[in-house]
Amino acid sequence: MTVSFRSKGQRSVGLAEHPEHSALSPLSIHSMTVAYHRKPVLWNVDYDAPGGRLIAVVGPNGAGKSTLIKACLGLIPRASGEVEFWGQPHAKVRSRVGYMPQRETIDWDFPVSALDVVCMGRYRKIGWCRPVTRKHKAVAMEFLDRVGMADQANRQIGQLSGGQQQRVFLARALAQEADLYFMDEPFAGVDAATEEAIVEVLRELRNSSRTIIVVHHDLSTVSTYFDDAILLNMRIVAAGAVEEVMTRENLHKTYGGRLTLLSEAAVNLARIGDGAQPS
Amino acid sequence: MNLSLGLDLFPLTAAILVSVGCGLLGNFLVLRRLSLMGDAISHSVLPGIVIAFLLFTTRSAGVLLLGAAIAGVVTVVLVEVVRQVGRVESSAAIGVVFTVLFALGVLLIEQAAVRHADLDADCLLYGQLETLLWYGAPDDLSGLFSASTLSAIPPQIYLLCITVTIVFLGVGFLYKELRIAAFDPLLSTSLGFHATALHYLLMIMVAAMTVASFEAVGSILVIALLVCPAATARLLTDRLSVQLLLSVVIAFFCGIGGYLGATVVPGLWGKDSVNAAGAIATVAGGLLAIGLLVAPRYGSLARWLRHRRNTSAIAIDDLLTTLYRVAESGGDRCSFEDLKAGWSGPKLHQVIASASRRGMIAVEGGPLSLTPNGRQRAEELIRRHRLWEHYLVDEASIPADHVHDTAEVLEHIEAIDPADEIGTPNRDPHGKPIPPKHEEG
Repeated sequence: MTVSFRSKGQRSVGLAEHPEHSALSPLSIHSMTVAYHRKPVLWNVDYDAPGGRLIAVVGPNGAGKSTLIKACLGLIPRASGEVEFWGQPHAKVRSRVGYMPQRETIDWDFPVSALDVVCMGRYRKIGWCRPVTRKHKAVAMEFLDRVGMADQANRQIGQLSGGQQQRVFLARALAQEADLYFMDEPFAGVDAATEEAIVEVLRELRNSSRTIIVVHHDLSTVSTYFDDAILLNMRIVAAGAVEEVMTRENLHKTYGGRLTLLSEAAVNLARIGDGAQPS
Repeated sequence: MNLSLGLDLFPLTAAILVSVGCGLLGNFLVLRRLSLMGDAISHSVLPGIVIAFLLFTTRSAGVLLLGAAIAGVVTVVLVEVVRQVGRVESSAAIGVVFTVLFALGVLLIEQAAVRHADLDADCLLYGQLETLLWYGAPDDLSGLFSASTLSAIPPQIYLLCITVTIVFLGVGFLYKELRIAAFDPLLSTSLGFHATALHYLLMIMVAAMTVASFEAVGSILVIALLVCPAATARLLTDRLSVQLLLSVVIAFFCGIGGYLGATVVPGLWGKDSVNAAGAIATVAGGLLAIGLLVAPRYGSLARWLRHRRNTSAIAIDDLLTTLYRVAESGGDRCSFEDLKAGWSGPKLHQVIASASRRGMIAVEGGPLSLTPNGRQRAEELIRRHRLWEHYLVDEASIPADHVHDTAEVLEHIEAIDPADEIGTPNRDPHGKPIPPKHEEG
C-alpha cells in the first residue's frame, strides 16, 4: 500500500521537485539509469540542455550514446529517473521533438521513394488514419529541395548513395518542424560535401533557436561543428561549451586508454585552428 | 465440364476472398521479413480455436475468431519471450513456439473430435473448399442454389466477407501508420504511432484472416497465400501502394486459377478434381517462380541480360583501348595473334565480331584497325582512364605504379567525369598524353 502510494506520488510530481532543473530547458534528464539484460548502460545521468545550441554527444563505442537518445524518447525503458521536455513529459510534446535514427536501423530495400520518406516526417501533423495528400507531398518536396534532393524525389531510397540517403533523412527531420532534435550519427557514411551541407542545415536550425543534439564520432570536428558537447561513457563525464569540455583530461576520462595519439592530436589541431591555446 | 452455379459459386468466392485477404496482409509480413511469423500464427491459432470451441461448445464465428486472436497475440508474445530469455535469434524462437503450439492444437483436436463430431481435423489442416456446399444441402446440390436464397449461403462465406472487409478497411485506414511502423519503427514510436502496438494489430488481423481461411484452404496453405502474392508483387515495383494493389490482383488470379485448375482442368482429361487449396497454393508458388525469373528489374533473366550486356560492352571497350595503345606506340594495325597473346576477357572472336558490327573497328583481311567512330570512343576511354590515374595519384596518394588496374575499372563509369574534379591536365602520371574531350554533336 505504502509502496504504491509513494511511486504514484513521485510520478505525478515529476521534476518540479528538483529545482536544479529548469522548466524552460528543452531537455531535462534527472538521475536516469538504463539497463540491458540487467547490465547498466547508462548510470545516473543528470543533464539540462541549453536552448538554441548545437550539442554533440561524444564517447567511445558502447558508451551509451544511442541509448541516451532512445531512453529520452521512451523508445527503450528506463530503469529509473525522469526526462522532461520544457517541463513536460514526452507524450505531451511529441510534435516538438524530432528524431533521426541511426542509418543501420533502416531497411534500404523497403519500397518507398525519397519523397515518401520525407512525408513520414509530417505524419504526426497529418494524424491517425488520414491519408497523405498532394498538399502534404508539396510541403515535403520543399524540405527535399532544402537539402538539394528535389530531383531525386521519386527514386527508391536504396538506389541513392549513402550521402544522398542521409540528406533525405535530414529532410525528413526538417519536415517534423520540431524545436528539439535528436540525431543519431547523421554524418555516418557521407562524403565531405554532404557533411558540409548537413552542418550548414544544422547551423540554420540552431540560428532559428532550435536545439539539436547529435551523436557524433569524429573528435576532430567537434569543436568546429558544435557549440556544446556531452562527453559520455556510461556516465556523463563532462558537459558544457566545447572549449571548456574538450580537454585532454576529460577525453582521457571518457575514452580511458583507448584514445589514440592521432585522435588526440586531431583535437589539438582543431583547437589551434579555432584560435585556442593547445592544451 | 462446365462450371455449375450451385457447385462452384461459393467455393470459388471463398477461394478468391481468402486469396485477396491473405495476399494483402502478406505484404506487411514480407516487408518486415516476418513471413515465418505468418506461418507461426497460421499454425498456432489452432489450439486457440480448439480451446475456444471446447469452452463454449459452439462453432460460431465470433468465438472462434476471439480464440484465434488471443492465440495470435500469445504467439507473438511467446516468441519475444523465448527470444529474449533464450537469447536466440527470432527465427529459432518462432520455430520453437509454433511447433509446440501446433502440436498442442493437434492433440486437443484429436481429443475433442472424439466427443464433438463436427470438429474435423482434416478440414482445419488441409482445407475443404468443396465442402462449402455440404452445409447447405448434403443430398441434392444443384437443387438448392437454384432458389438462391440468402439463408442458403454457407456461414463461412459471411465470415470471410466480413473478415476480408475488415482487413481491407484496416489496411486502408492504417496504411501510412503500418508503412512507417514497418519502415522505421523507432521514428514511428517517437511520433506516437506505437510500432509494437501496430505490430500486434497486424498479427491479430493475420490471426483473424487465418481462422476465416481455415475451412477454405486449411491452416497449412494459408502461408502460401500470405507470402507468395506479396513477394511476387515486390519483384514488380518499388512503390508500396502499387505493390499492395498488384499483390491483391495476383492473389485474385491465384484464387480463380487455382480453383479452376483443381476442378475444371482435370475434368478435361476425364479425371476427378483435385484438392483446390493445394492447387491455389501451387498457382501462387508458380506465379512467384515466374516473377523471380522474368520480373523486369529484379528477375534473374533481367539480371543475367544486364550482366551479359555489361560484360560484352566492357570487352569491346577493352579491345578498343588495346588497339588505341598499339596505334599510340607506333603500330598502325594489330594482328589477331598479337591481340590474342595479351587478351584476358571473353572470347576474342565474338568481341571482334560485335565491335566490327558496331562499326568500331575495321577488319581487312587480318590485321585490325580502329574506325573513326572506334577511335573516338577509345579516346574518350583513354582520356577518362588517364584522368583517373591522375586523380588517384594526386588526390588519393596511391603510388603511380599501382593505379592502372583501378583506373581500368573506373574508366567504364559513364556518370562521372574526373575532369569535373581535377580539370584537364595534359599528361597522366606515366607521362602519357591525355586526349582532349570530344565535343558532343
